Amino acid sequence: MPLQWAIVFFAWGGAVALAAVPRLRTATLVNVGVSAVSFLLAVALALQPFAQHGWTRTDALNTPFILVSAFVGLTTSVFSAATLDQEGFDHWRIRAYHAAYQVFMGAQTLALLADNLGVMWVAIEIATLATVSMVAVHRTPAAFEAAWKFFILCGVGIALALFGTIVLYLAAQPLLHEETGLSWAALMGVAARCDPNTLNLAFAFLLLGYGTKAGLVPLHSWLPDAHAEGPVPISAVLSGLLLNAAMLAVLRAKSIVGANPDAIAPGPFLIALGLASVLLASVSLWRRRDARRFFGWSSIEHMGIVAFAFGLGGAAANLAGLLHLVGHSVIKSAVFFGVGRAAQAKGSQKIADISGLVATHPALGWGLAFAIAGIAGMPPFLLFASEFRLLTAAAAEAPWLALALVAGMVMALAALITVLQALCFGPPTSDAAGALDGWREAAAAAPLWLHLAVATLLGLAMPGALAAMLAEAARIIG
Amino acid sequence: MSFGQLGYDVAHLLGGGVLLLSFVLLYQRRIGAVINAFATQGTLLALAAAWQAHAQGAPGLYLTAVLAFAAKGVLIPLALHAIVRRLNLHRSVETALGVGLSMTAGVALVGLSILVVLPATEGARALAREDVALALSVVLLGMLMMITRRNAISQVIGLLSLENGLILAAIGVAGMPLVVELSTAALVLMVAVVAGVFAFQIRERFDTLDTGSLEEHRGEGR
Repeated sequence: MPLQWAIVFFAWGGAVALAAVPRLRTATLVNVGVSAVSFLLAVALALQPFAQHGWTRTDALNTPFILVSAFVGLTTSVFSAATLDQEGFDHWRIRAYHAAYQVFMGAQTLALLADNLGVMWVAIEIATLATVSMVAVHRTPAAFEAAWKFFILCGVGIALALFGTIVLYLAAQPLLHEETGLSWAALMGVAARCDPNTLNLAFAFLLLGYGTKAGLVPLHSWLPDAHAEGPVPISAVLSGLLLNAAMLAVLRAKSIVGANPDAIAPGPFLIALGLASVLLASVSLWRRRDARRFFGWSSIEHMGIVAFAFGLGGAAANLAGLLHLVGHSVIKSAVFFGVGRAAQAKGSQKIADISGLVATHPALGWGLAFAIAGIAGMPPFLLFASEFRLLTAAAAEAPWLALALVAGMVMALAALITVLQALCFGPPTSDAAGALDGWREAAAAAPLWLHLAVATLLGLAMPGALAAMLAEAARIIG
Repeated sequence: MSFGQLGYDVAHLLGGGVLLLSFVLLYQRRIGAVINAFATQGTLLALAAAWQAHAQGAPGLYLTAVLAFAAKGVLIPLALHAIVRRLNLHRSVETALGVGLSMTAGVALVGLSILVVLPATEGARALAREDVALALSVVLLGMLMMITRRNAISQVIGLLSLENGLILAAIGVAGMPLVVELSTAALVLMVAVVAGVFAFQIRERFDTLDTGSLEEHRGEGR
């Protein structure tokens, strides 16, 4: 089996096996094992030369995200192994949770790898179904409400994306053979000769459809609730991975429409949605009292920044957008590890109930403080580099838009710093029951610090191969 | 194929029938009648898929037709009736948007989709473009139903009929690869949504007007 499919089917095979494991300890260890092998497979795939293979392809655009996805999947499985007994699952939920986790990881990888837009759509649908069941797993009214909202909004979103895919094929139909009709590479090849009006129609549906999954305003409202109500580790993969796959789908659609000189320019639409997301999130952040919902809103802000960058276009802004996506994945999942563990330790996820973490849990508290600083765009982490590049590019090309973006980013920064001080440095609050034994407390904090180290490394000294790949990807998007 | 030929006319008739049923869904007040209208729409969609299979010479579409009939004509309506009985909703009469108002909005949406699709797809074949225009109308009417209805069952039926529109579009575009796979995958999503109603026992749609209780559910209450 080629490596592309091996990664996907290994995860799905792991899901089948995990559905049969009722014991918590065994299931978490098997889950870590499957994720570790998947990570090694992803590294092996990244070392292979780029190729198109049937329905899949590897290129500079998706390879960095496959690596990030496998990395975050592995560290999240470790965090999950350390903290899952705090969730109080019975054996059916242990089976369902782990099976859904690996189904999600396989579908996520397939969505990134897909060259065929139909396959990509199916993969994103499977990922949605898997995450909905994980969000609902606690079976509380709030969890059901969050899962239901997630399901209905994303159901409409991916339905619209399918319509866009059909219209896209309609545009290319006179120029393509039947078998290659939905291949991204084939569509790119004929995009310049397609009927531009049909392409416009397709792009509108694809942007709205996949934009819903990426959490762009005005179809964002599922995102904060879904991040807040599922088991703690799920927030990390939702924010770090699922949003990337959806954004990549938007980018694939944008590159096809952008290749046709007579079609509408996709940039202004992305800029409008992005700016709306940043501004709405920067205001909403101030009104949040729930820590996990707060960081869910912060994901909306960051997806807005990314959409703005890709809307601006050009090599510099595109590169900034890609760096931002990578940095957001790594740092936001670190934030959710910290906040999730803190919420478990304090027995509440209200910001007011989690305070003074640095005094009561030094490793967790300082790690979370650095992670929040990182997500706020402070040096030396990767998001500082990407935001700096984006603002330079935006100031040169569209100074007035850059001003609006800066206003949103500064407001969000201030909200993040306020919450950073409250969570980490306020007067210490008492712990609820639920202390972990020593090694598991360490295993819960280790992924957080590892992510911080990776984000610092990428921010200060990105490996040359990865930098070259991202620069090439910036060119693909156009 | 053009107007006046049998293949073209039957495809149009069936597509138009699906759209007509969307209007029926829009104005029915009683939940049982809404479910029956949806079952009829699913059956018509299955007939349309079977006709396209015959007209395009694409045997795979017969599978889509059989699946659509089994799931949307029979099984999902039966499941929805069962949920309605279990949640004791069968007596309830929905205070949706008034009939006149929702019909006006529906006609406006159909006009909109024709105005959007026909000029935008001048390169494509006539049957495919008109099918896509019909399908987009069904999609938009499904969304309108999701917006105007209060309880979760009607909202789900709105989503299901929206998906009927997608299948109508997919089968109308001759030669599209993976049509059977994509329509089956979409069907799986819809079955999962219906299963979600069962599992979550959701009565009201998510954005009720009572924002106070909503804030409580969102964990944002003080």
